[in-house]
Amino acid sequence: MTSEKAIKADAVIIGAGPVGLFAIFQLGLLDIKCHVVDILDKPGGQCTELYPEKPIYDIPGFPEISGQELSDNLMQQAAPFSPVFHFGNMLESVDRRADGRFLLQTDRGVFFDTRVIVIAAGGGSFQPKRPPYRGIEGYEGHSVFYAVRQMEKFRDKKILIAGGGDSALDWALNLQPIAKKISLLHRREEFRANMDSVGKMRALVETGKLDFHIGQLKSLNGDGKYLSSVTALGRDGADIEIDCDTLLPFFGLTMKLGPIAGWGLNLNQNLVYVDTEKFQTSEAGIFAIGDINSYPGKLKLILSGFHEAALMAQAAFRLLHPDERLVFQYTTSSSKLQKKLGVL
Amino acid sequence: MPKITFIEPGGKSRTVTGQSGQTVMEVALKNDIPGIPGECGGACSCATCHVYVGKGWTDKVGQADEAEEDMLDFAFGVRDNSRLSCQIRVTDELDGLTVQIPEQQF
Ligand SMILES: Cc1cc2nc3c(=O)[nH]c(=O)nc-3n(C[C@H](O)[C@H](O)[C@H](O)COP(=O)(O)OP(=O)(O)OC[C@H]3O[C@@H](n4cnc5c(N)ncnc54)[C@H](O)[C@@H]3O)c2cc1C
Ligand code: FES
Repeated sequence: MTSEKAIKADAVIIGAGPVGLFAIFQLGLLDIKCHVVDILDKPGGQCTELYPEKPIYDIPGFPEISGQELSDNLMQQAAPFSPVFHFGNMLESVDRRADGRFLLQTDRGVFFDTRVIVIAAGGGSFQPKRPPYRGIEGYEGHSVFYAVRQMEKFRDKKILIAGGGDSALDWALNLQPIAKKISLLHRREEFRANMDSVGKMRALVETGKLDFHIGQLKSLNGDGKYLSSVTALGRDGADIEIDCDTLLPFFGLTMKLGPIAGWGLNLNQNLVYVDTEKFQTSEAGIFAIGDINSYPGKLKLILSGFHEAALMAQAAFRLLHPDERLVFQYTTSSSKLQKKLGVL
Repeated sequence: MPKITFIEPGGKSRTVTGQSGQTVMEVALKNDIPGIPGECGGACSCATCHVYVGKGWTDKVGQADEAEEDMLDFAFGVRDNSRLSCQIRVTDELDGLTVQIPEQQF
């Protein structure tokens, strides 16, 4: 790949969890602009994906704050530095170029040309749960999909959607008009989804435009690549054969280390080793902060990640500007910092 | 202290001692029982702590509440005796409990 269409950046942060978000702020104070990549479609990482409503009690200065509020506040705090977010993108590859800069690529074909990489990938990237059926890998990308990126690809298909959450219902409703046939498979009558979508879905069932089956996936039938049908186990224990050539399973997300494992970094049990002065990995210019890193005494707490972000930013500045002096300043009293924050 | 037996999909079983007040997921994690990652730390928001409650224990363990039932939609191979182990609190009454770990959580 040539780097011509790559976005030129000072720093690319991988992961928009709480620690990645605070890194935007810390780097921003030092005039380092950031691009931020996350596979999810929203910021907040574990805080918003796993426990948005739960209170956190150990964020300094906040006796109690919910995962969602913390994420919202961090976004607000980072806003003066105009970070550029690339949601829905999984960072896949990292290549060091001869000039010491890095060329990064996401699964959706976004390229970055950067000097500094900040891995704030937490527990790994959130990826769709894949049903545990032997041989499902062979069907993936041909007739099994975990996301809909281009609706047109599904035109005139015989689609089976499995699951009972919002994603399952949204896609059942969205794809119904263009599909040749659409079926929904869910393990029970009740849905944990938006009431409005449930109503619309039931209306389609009544008019015969959508087949609803109560049951669970049992086996995939086909040639190993293309599906001809899916067998489900009905609630009464009897098999249901569902005619389909496309399966979309929606069973939520799970955290997987993902591509980071292949970047040649010093890893141990899925964690990236760093030093505790710069929070740099075994590769100069690649830093790792938050839940993803490991060092003696590491605590997997948001508060530790914030501290790591501050020290990492100092080291990143020195790397980008080896000849400039870094003056230590307080946000309370430095007019320079306040100008950057837009409060002066 | 209540003893809990975890049966792996292959049939291998291990009996460990839990403490009243812990959840079954926490007991599994503490004892390095494989197949129960408990990714969300017990917040009932990941369904990676799914277990099948052993014969004769379903009444004592009780039924899933609504939030847990909703979360079970995100587990695979759900049966009548399915529970999320982070929602089962260990008590003295559960001494001898057996739970089976599903083939795969995700
Ligand atoms: C139920 C629960 C309760 C918790 N309570 C507390 C608490 O009270 N106090 C506390 O301090 N901590 C708590 N934690 C831990 C805290 O949530 C984590 O320490 C924190 O989220 C770590 O932040 P992070 O930014 O490092 O990573 P994460 O929040 O994990 O975010 C990482 C992000 O990186 C993305 N990502 C990873 N790899 C890639 C890739 N290759 N490409 C694109 N995107 C990628 C992921 O999709 C994710 O969004 C709790 C955790 C859980 C699960
Ligand atoms: S540990 Fe996540 S639902 Fe039980």
